[in-house]
Amino acid sequence: MKFGILVNEGPYTHEASDTAFQFVKAALAKGHEIYRVFFYHDGVNNGTRLTVPPQDDRNVVKRWSDLAAEHKLDLVVCIAAAQRRGLMDAAEAKRNGKDADNLAPGFRISGLGQLIEAGIQADRLVVFGD
Amino acid sequence: MTEGNAGVAKKFLYVNRRAPYGSIYALESLEVVLIGAAFEQDVSLAFLGDGVYQLTKGQDTKGLEVKNFSPTFRALEDYDVTKLYVEKEALEARGLRAADLVVPVEVVGAERMAEIMEAQDVILSF
Repeated sequence: MKFGILVNEGPYTHEASDTAFQFVKAALAKGHEIYRVFFYHDGVNNGTRLTVPPQDDRNVVKRWSDLAAEHKLDLVVCIAAAQRRGLMDAAEAKRNGKDADNLAPGFRISGLGQLIEAGIQADRLVVFGD
Repeated sequence: MTEGNAGVAKKFLYVNRRAPYGSIYALESLEVVLIGAAFEQDVSLAFLGDGVYQLTKGQDTKGLEVKNFSPTFRALEDYDVTKLYVEKEALEARGLRAADLVVPVEVVGAERMAEIMEAQDVILSF
């Protein structure tokens, strides 16, 4: 089956990103396809490469990046939600006159159309959040 | 669905469960609806629980210093988004009637709402 995934909450405060990650990992292990993982609301904070969690804790952001590299996952951060919350790649930083960028490897920034498209293309769109 | 069905409209339901202010979910849900309208899918909106407050008339957000986005619901018709379902029990529990809302809606009981959800292809819950 082809899954689309929506993550609506940020890392650590909320379990949604952890559950989504475990779901994606399990689905891939069973041979399913992950069409796209879309990060919205505070979920965009899963894409900041500047998190430094304690060493005895899981690294939520790096875990997504590593899984994306391993399985060629399409991790998409909503641009409108990202701009509100200070998430940007180098191109966005330049465009907005900011002196830094913080998007983690394996993530890309794009529009909400990517979420709708995932709903259209996937057999199931699974929402993780409150 | 296969790639070959990409041109066929799917039934999208946006489920709004939260009050309009106090968190950003309601506003950002509406942003998805507006962007999604360009994809010419079969779109419906459902309002459950405190989500019914999103549609109430006379919202005044000046004291909160946030934008009152309730007028946007009146523009949905221009985007061909006309199916708005409001949970009857949620309205009644809050002492509201359909006449208190900024747009025409269909008030449905929880059982009918469950049937509406059952008929969807994609449910986005905010």
